[in-house]
Amino acid sequence: MIKEKNILIIDDEEVILNAIKKVVIYEGFTCDTSFSVSESLEKIQETRYGLIICDIMMPKIDGFEFLNILKKRKLSTPVVITTGFSTLENAVKALYEGAIGFIPKPFSVEELTSMIKRGIIYGKIYNEKRTCYLHEKKISLDFIPCPPKYYRLGFDSWVMKKNEKFANIGLTDLFLKSIGMVKEIEFMNTDEAVYQGGNCIKIIDNEDYCHQLLAPISGKIIDINEKIIINKSLLEKDPYFNGWIYKIIATDLDNELNNLTPCSSDI
Amino acid sequence: MNLNFDKIGTKLILIVSITIALILSLFAYFSVKYQTQNLISEVERHANQLSETIRHSTRFDMLANRREHVHNIINRIGDEEGITNLRILNKEGEIIYSIHQAEIGHMVDKNAESCYACHTENQPLQKLTIKERTRIFRIHPDSSRILGIINPIYNETSCYEANCHAHFKEQTVLGVLDISVSLAEVDELAANNKNSMIFFTLISIAIIAIILRAAVAKLIRKPVGNLVKATNKVAKGNLNHRIDSPRKDELGMLASSFDNMTKKLSEMRVQLVQSDKLASMGKLAAGVAHEINNPLTGVLTYSSFLLKRVKDNPEMKEDLEVIVRETKRSRDIVKGLLDFARQSTPRKGKININEVIDNVVAIVANQLKINHIKLNKDYDHNLPEIPGDSNQIQQVILNLVINAIDAIGNTNGTIGINTKEITLSPYGVTKIHEAKCPKGHDLMDPEHKIDGRPSIKLKAKSSKNEGFMHLDPVYGNHNHHYGIEFDENEIIKLFCPHCGVTILDEIDKGPDCGAPVYNLIIPNQGILKGCTKFGCGWQKWDFIDKTGDSKYVEIVITDSGCGINKKDLEKIFDPFFSTKGQKGTGLGLSVIWGIIDNHKGKIGVVSEIDKGTSFTIHLPAQYD
Repeated sequence: MIKEKNILIIDDEEVILNAIKKVVIYEGFTCDTSFSVSESLEKIQETRYGLIICDIMMPKIDGFEFLNILKKRKLSTPVVITTGFSTLENAVKALYEGAIGFIPKPFSVEELTSMIKRGIIYGKIYNEKRTCYLHEKKISLDFIPCPPKYYRLGFDSWVMKKNEKFANIGLTDLFLKSIGMVKEIEFMNTDEAVYQGGNCIKIIDNEDYCHQLLAPISGKIIDINEKIIINKSLLEKDPYFNGWIYKIIATDLDNELNNLTPCSSDI
Repeated sequence: MNLNFDKIGTKLILIVSITIALILSLFAYFSVKYQTQNLISEVERHANQLSETIRHSTRFDMLANRREHVHNIINRIGDEEGITNLRILNKEGEIIYSIHQAEIGHMVDKNAESCYACHTENQPLQKLTIKERTRIFRIHPDSSRILGIINPIYNETSCYEANCHAHFKEQTVLGVLDISVSLAEVDELAANNKNSMIFFTLISIAIIAIILRAAVAKLIRKPVGNLVKATNKVAKGNLNHRIDSPRKDELGMLASSFDNMTKKLSEMRVQLVQSDKLASMGKLAAGVAHEINNPLTGVLTYSSFLLKRVKDNPEMKEDLEVIVRETKRSRDIVKGLLDFARQSTPRKGKININEVIDNVVAIVANQLKINHIKLNKDYDHNLPEIPGDSNQIQQVILNLVINAIDAIGNTNGTIGINTKEITLSPYGVTKIHEAKCPKGHDLMDPEHKIDGRPSIKLKAKSSKNEGFMHLDPVYGNHNHHYGIEFDENEIIKLFCPHCGVTILDEIDKGPDCGAPVYNLIIPNQGILKGCTKFGCGWQKWDFIDKTGDSKYVEIVITDSGCGINKKDLEKIFDPFFSTKGQKGTGLGLSVIWGIIDNHKGKIGVVSEIDKGTSFTIHLPAQYD
């Protein structure tokens, strides 16, 4: 009989394991902890988890390898990668390798819980694709995949290359659905620089959890979609066309596309 | 004096000495020779005259055939000093009169040296020039030279008609008067002359050698020695050594180009060191980030968790908020290090300056208490939020406050922090980044900085002298650096330092004092005009004035510390300048300057020794 638990936490530092565990339990989730990837692989066999939170830098098998093992075993448990070595490159790599989120250490409780919350919903949407109730709230579990020709960073953001220099970026329907109700969006300003794997937009949901969207490419913002500011529901209605967020002059578009997943592979 | 033939000086002295010796020897040789010739011809003339005198004075006695008289005359004259021989030969060559009695009656060989002048030809010559009659000879190789002169006695009517009938009418030459004069005196004079000439030459060579040696020492050896010394110092790694040669010659030029080279080298080294510093800092940051972030995770997670659970306990909540905020700040610092490793641009957000200052005060509160420093805060609570990176601005204020604490030490001083919103006209704020003369030469001088910015270099003429002056590169600011002295109210004539063209306006006069106006051409931004009267601060820049006034947030941090002396004040924003010795890196204020400049702001400093220092920061409330 396979047990069910909400969360598996993998980290080689006990303090961090305990800290995350405390928060998780406080938020009302069930969880297991594990000091290494090999130990957690055993646990996965016995228990079905809604979400795995995994460190990158661990002795023997690191977080990226763990993602690969899961991929090979065709296990679709959503994984959130966390690391103290919080470079943009690691964020991009984690999402490219299949993680659904990247949370740099150190994190506050709010940052952690909003990620956990989003991760759990994400797992439910992605794996069960049916209506479910979480904390007594109804969540729509159908999501629209990215159109082909688009590239995506994990399931966070997409980029649509217009030509060598210009591209539109936006957020995926899955990211939006995993947030739930959008209360507020904080945009960056035009002329500001965004970096691949760096934060580019802040979304606050109706429970005041704050979610950061990681930008799929680096460049300078030349335009912000005013229509979203006026009408937030446009994001939900048409996240891939009229719901674009920024127009970007890309700094190194072609190279950076190599770090992204082509959406044509999703179909 | 040790002679080293490898030295330029020795070689030069040797070459010049040999040349001079040659020239003087030639001169001496010809001069002695000429003088000797002159003396000899004088002696010759004298001897000839004497011989003529004898011929004339013996003539009468000859005619009267008074041989005793002739003998007497000849003997008496022969007693004269310098006359070695005096004799009269008859036509056959028999010596009939002589001062040497033994000779009388002897025959002279026609080939003897006194005869050959005429008798070299088969037919004896009868008429001879004075040169031909003269001969110089030595009796023995050791004796002194002798000048002999023969004087033919020609047949005259009175001779062959005389009663003695000793001569016939057909004879042309009756005999020869031969007089020999010693040249010992002349030779001695010539020898003296030669000696003094040699002496003079040697003295000349010695004097010239001494002068040359001194000149070589001053003109070549010393500057070359300095250059060699400097090269050795540079080779040993001392790139701050300068020769500073005041000379304008080739060696001076070499020295100044050497100085320039070492200056460039040291600048390059500074850059290299800095980029090295940055690179190793980047590596360190990346390595350390992970190590610091893990323990910070424990702190941040637990503290924010606690904060969540103590919502009903305001006292604890406040303390925990400090922990959470400061941990987040540490996180941002580590992230900043990582970003720095990636050379990212500052993260721009909205900053509430008062909050930032409160954060700083919370951090240094303990230190203020320990040093018994009183802190006076005077906030403008309606301060607008300004765009910028709050961490960077916090770093700026923190650095300035820590500097203030260091300046005060343990002397119970006061630190004041004031904020207010101000409106500044572009006058006194706008920076001049480019300025050109009417011919298009760049006037900016990055080597001479005023308040940390490249100044505008101009050639200036006063009534007394001329030199260079540096204009404050901020429109409306008058922290000009005058390179020369001016009188009160004097009109300064200004020129381009490159081409010398005047930059004065021919028509415009300053509205305040009616003095001539100078024009600086600011590329793409019109013309900046200013008054040339010393002490008059009028400036006008229409292009910028049109943009109108804009809002700024002013932060003033004052301390009652030890102050900064005037000399250091100009340099405090330079990288690696530090008055803290080993304690500081000298990067603090240069980094602050860079951050403020990135925020399009301005930082200025006023200081008085033992009274205190005041830093004023202006940050624009809005910018593109």
